[in-house]
Amino acid sequence: MSDPILSLQGVHTDIAQYHILQGVDLDVPRGQVTMLLGRNGVGKTTTLRTIIGHWQAKSGAITFDGAEITGIPTPARARAGIGFVPEDMGIFTDLTVEENMVLAAASGPLDKARLDWIFAAFPPLKTFWRSEAGNLSGGQKQMLSIARAMAEERKLYLIDEPTKGLAPAIVSTMAGALRDLKKQGASVLLVEQNFSVAKALGDTAAVMDDGRIVWTGEMAELSASAELQERLMGLSMEAH
Amino acid sequence: MLTRPLSGDKPRSTVLTVLLLVILVALALAPFLFPGVRSLETAARICIFIVLVASYDLLLGYTGIVSFAHTMFFGLGAYGVALASVHMGRGWGALLTGTVAGALAAAALALVIGLFSLRVRAIFFAMITLAVASAVAVLVSQMSGLTGGEDGLNYQIPRELTPAFRLGELFGVRINGKLLNYYLVFFACLILFLLLLRIVNSPFGRVLQAIRENDFRAEAIGYRVVWYRVTATCLSAAVAAIAGSLFAIWLRYVGPDTTLSFEIMLDILLMVVIGGMGTMYGAVLGATIFVLAQNYLQSLMGVASEATEALPLIPNLLDPDRWLLWLGVLFILSVYFFPTGIVGRLRSGR
Repeated sequence: MSDPILSLQGVHTDIAQYHILQGVDLDVPRGQVTMLLGRNGVGKTTTLRTIIGHWQAKSGAITFDGAEITGIPTPARARAGIGFVPEDMGIFTDLTVEENMVLAAASGPLDKARLDWIFAAFPPLKTFWRSEAGNLSGGQKQMLSIARAMAEERKLYLIDEPTKGLAPAIVSTMAGALRDLKKQGASVLLVEQNFSVAKALGDTAAVMDDGRIVWTGEMAELSASAELQERLMGLSMEAH
Repeated sequence: MLTRPLSGDKPRSTVLTVLLLVILVALALAPFLFPGVRSLETAARICIFIVLVASYDLLLGYTGIVSFAHTMFFGLGAYGVALASVHMGRGWGALLTGTVAGALAAAALALVIGLFSLRVRAIFFAMITLAVASAVAVLVSQMSGLTGGEDGLNYQIPRELTPAFRLGELFGVRINGKLLNYYLVFFACLILFLLLLRIVNSPFGRVLQAIRENDFRAEAIGYRVVWYRVTATCLSAAVAAIAGSLFAIWLRYVGPDTTLSFEIMLDILLMVVIGGMGTMYGAVLGATIFVLAQNYLQSLMGVASEATEALPLIPNLLDPDRWLLWLGVLFILSVYFFPTGIVGRLRSGR
């Protein structure tokens, strides 16, 4: 792979006494959507959180856009161009939708054209622009969470299970927005359990098991082979 | 019309708006509405405590940092004015120098404590502030040559701010330096409160609120949490110190009990909780209710005790000596019935 936007080499991460990541090697290609897949508890979320700096890598190297970021603090990683959408949505419930979005544009005022694009992708955010984010529904909170990452152009988006627990109609809105993001040529590392979303969005895939990457390749190859899915993840994703 | 000075942060409740206006008018016209030394003392104390509590709310309510050193910062401001007045002599220059020096010293100390403790976890800040505040209180008591020790310091302020400076009468009220002193305190406190409102409603204030809710999320967006926490701590300390300076100008006396005691720290905490954390307006209600209760509950109980003389047990329960017990009961009830503070309750409309 030529010049990946993000590269992890032999990354180990401990959380308290638990050794979660046990030598993760992963390349995320520029301008593509990479699906990070695997069973529950194999280290997908920890991988994303290690990349953004919530958990510090005990050893190994993380290179982003040509520069090593292993030791630098989280805000510097965000400012370098990594947008992070955590699994728990990560919105500020005491602030309004507007204030959440303004905060997300940390490097300057919100761009009008970009905001229009976000409103087109997530119409409820325009409706509830001045409402407290804590009063939004679960789906709307997730929209805000992703919209916040989109508030500024990022070089890489780390998105953790954006469709988890959402109603099918909201999943479709969410998938549409992610497809828009993909069309714009964004680089995305996406953890997703919903196979139809993963299949529709993913260009490449990496499968984790026991804190390591055990398979990487084209998403199309993985989605076409039930045997491969069964072997790597212990189940056929078509069933989900 | 009022939205601009309030930085767009409207009270968002009709009852709250009325209460705030009543307090504002009462404090603005206190010398004329409630003539007398005691009522003027109470009004000045309310003004100063509103600012002190609001500055603590910036820390606790908006940033989620627990500090036990707020009275220390308050005391630094007060001792700044006292020491400057003692050493430079009576004059406006001494007041200004003392105020600025106190605020700078408070901000510098807050910076050092913040950098040492807030880098790790906010809870360490609480522990360190407790230790430093206790150490400073002991130090002030021991260094009697400089601070007057337990006796404190008496000093002179410009004559224009003392009762000896007389200007005549207005609406039957004697216009003198004490009244000018009151208005100096009132307007300075009003400006400081509006400044604090501006701070919490600025982009900086929004980041503080985001940090309070989830510091990691704020970091993941790109905000340097430690920098914001330390800056908020320094601002809060500086404003508390200026409130202390105003207190010293008003009282013309400073001592460990009036400015540095842990009792005042507990009072501040109670005022923030009763008024409503993270609201600023809670400081106005909390400080007003608390100071009024501190000053008048005892007298009120004396009247009630006399009125119920014929009844069994009740006069004993209402004995003015038991005022602290009833103050405690009042606070337990207010926390029970207003868990989000009075402002939180009024805003929720329930």
